[in-house]
Amino acid sequence: MAQSLDDISRQLKKRHRKSARMKWLSMAALILAGTFLLVFLGDMLVKGLPAFQQGYIEVEVDYSERAAELPLAAVEADYRDLVSRGYLRLIPGRMADDESLLGTTQTEWVLADDAVDQYLKGRKARLKDKQIEVLDRLAEEGRAELRFNTGFFTNGDSKLPEMAGLASAAMGSVLVLIVTLAFAFPVGVMTAVYLEEFAPDNRFTRFLEVNINNLAAIPSILFGLLGLAIFINFFGAPRSSALAGGLTLGMMTLPIIIITSRAALRAVPDSIRQAAFGVGATRWQTVRDHVLPLSMPGIFTGSIIGLAQALGETAPLIIIGMIAYIPDAPTSFTQAATVLPAQIFTWAGMPESSYVERTAAGILVLLTVLISLNVTAVYLRKKFEHRW
Amino acid sequence: MTTKLASPGAPVTFSPETTHDLEMTVRDLKLWYGEKQALHGIDLDIYQNNITALIGPSGCGKSTFLRCLNRMNDLIPSARAEGEVMMEGKNVLSKQVDEVALRKKVGMVFQKPNPFPKSIYENVAYAPRMHDIVSKGKEQDELVERSLRAAGLWDEVKDQLGQPGTSLSGGQQQRLCIARAIAVQPSVILMDEPTSALDPISTATIEELMHELKRDFTIVVVTHNMQQAARVADYTAFFHLGEVIEYNDTAMMFSTPDQKKTEDYITGRYG
Repeated sequence: MAQSLDDISRQLKKRHRKSARMKWLSMAALILAGTFLLVFLGDMLVKGLPAFQQGYIEVEVDYSERAAELPLAAVEADYRDLVSRGYLRLIPGRMADDESLLGTTQTEWVLADDAVDQYLKGRKARLKDKQIEVLDRLAEEGRAELRFNTGFFTNGDSKLPEMAGLASAAMGSVLVLIVTLAFAFPVGVMTAVYLEEFAPDNRFTRFLEVNINNLAAIPSILFGLLGLAIFINFFGAPRSSALAGGLTLGMMTLPIIIITSRAALRAVPDSIRQAAFGVGATRWQTVRDHVLPLSMPGIFTGSIIGLAQALGETAPLIIIGMIAYIPDAPTSFTQAATVLPAQIFTWAGMPESSYVERTAAGILVLLTVLISLNVTAVYLRKKFEHRW
Repeated sequence: MTTKLASPGAPVTFSPETTHDLEMTVRDLKLWYGEKQALHGIDLDIYQNNITALIGPSGCGKSTFLRCLNRMNDLIPSARAEGEVMMEGKNVLSKQVDEVALRKKVGMVFQKPNPFPKSIYENVAYAPRMHDIVSKGKEQDELVERSLRAAGLWDEVKDQLGQPGTSLSGGQQQRLCIARAIAVQPSVILMDEPTSALDPISTATIEELMHELKRDFTIVVVTHNMQQAARVADYTAFFHLGEVIEYNDTAMMFSTPDQKKTEDYITGRYG
């Protein structure tokens, strides 16, 4: 006997309720994930944004003969402790560069000591009562303020928190990524071309394929051990150098580039290959003139994502010694260098609150770079996407 | 004068009434895809400056046969061919003949128009430049124009040679593919169901074009459409289950087929 519409509706109520419940549960999961992300970002912003500002005070700098010998003498005794020691150390050098300064007294905005900076940002600072008194007076006269922290982007690491910046680590990251790209891109793309276009489909190539996929999932620290054993111990690449780091990260990026390149090559329809073979192109001509140009956007996208991963990688670089204290930006691939995430790791181990804020600011910078890389990848894919 | 055959499935050749030079002679051609045999000893003569149509139901081996003529089957790892496909006194299936050279001599037009995703100009100019037939510049421009004219496409595209080939309509794309094939100056053009993806008007244009082209080229065309075979072909071969059942002058084939199977097929009893 057929059920009436009412009977069916009554039974359905329970099923509809369950459906609604599942909808809310899945939405709650999304909200939870989103909240974590927002809390993380918010925390980084709250902690990191102050690092983009740095305390400065306006004092009279006396470029006397004596100051050239004893930089402390350049600033009045009252303000000596408030000015960054790092700044004072630079005075003799500046006088040597610019002789017209000698014998003059200039009123200048000068980088303040870390404690002053923290005091101006409203944090607890190790300042004596007398120093606080002087500082309060300066602030009232408008001679102490927070300014944009250019030093964070132009200085290398420093033992003085107010002088510490990202520049040397950023330069290290650039050098490392150049090596990574120069190694992993051609090797990865050519491997993909061989496997996809030339290699016969047999047990051996299938075995290779499985292993390349597995390689992409290996814990990155193992690549560090491999890099240490091969590039540093066997080939003798200098320890801590961008060369060793870049090659190590290159090995790590290789499977990603191979896998994405193969997918991009496979997405080129066979009719294009047939057309090229049909007019008498050799296999390499077919690949070079038709298949590769069409798959390049996909290959670039995959490579950028691989590079972004390499940029954020720390573990393998710690093993090959790229966690060193590097105050000056490296200028060659063989010099000791550090990278952005390693710099963040170093700062994260420091107790001073100004290093804590630099840690968060470093993460913000790294995140910005990574997001721009990924946006570029998405843009490339969208722009050159070919519909068949 | 046609050779009448006593038993179906026996090797089939015939002597056409007017004498034509032979372009290709196929003898006892067998082909396997892995374990499965797709062609069971094909004998066929292909006559110069004629259109030979290959008809037959799906899976009868006509496309496979066509692809043996320029060794496109080499691209399928499991395919293995035996027998003779003679051209200029050489067996083109043998290792002595370079398949790249063969494909320059025997061009191909595919079922689905597949222009390169490059400009119209590049589509035509690419292969001749690759084969060093022309050098860049005026010589190449002339060849592109000549090929597009021969494919009946010049007047439609002469003002948009820089546009991508894929922006053309389906029929135009197929004529672009024909222009691309004739630009390398082959002797034979193989066409694998060239109009099956096209509308009737584009189909008619291509069929007219084939009549023009046979002055300069030998054409072998696979078609599902028997009316098309009757309209364009000088000779027609009927394939069934990897064998040539009948090969004859097209008019003869369609008016008085020798074999029962042929008659059944062309009258629409199966296929």
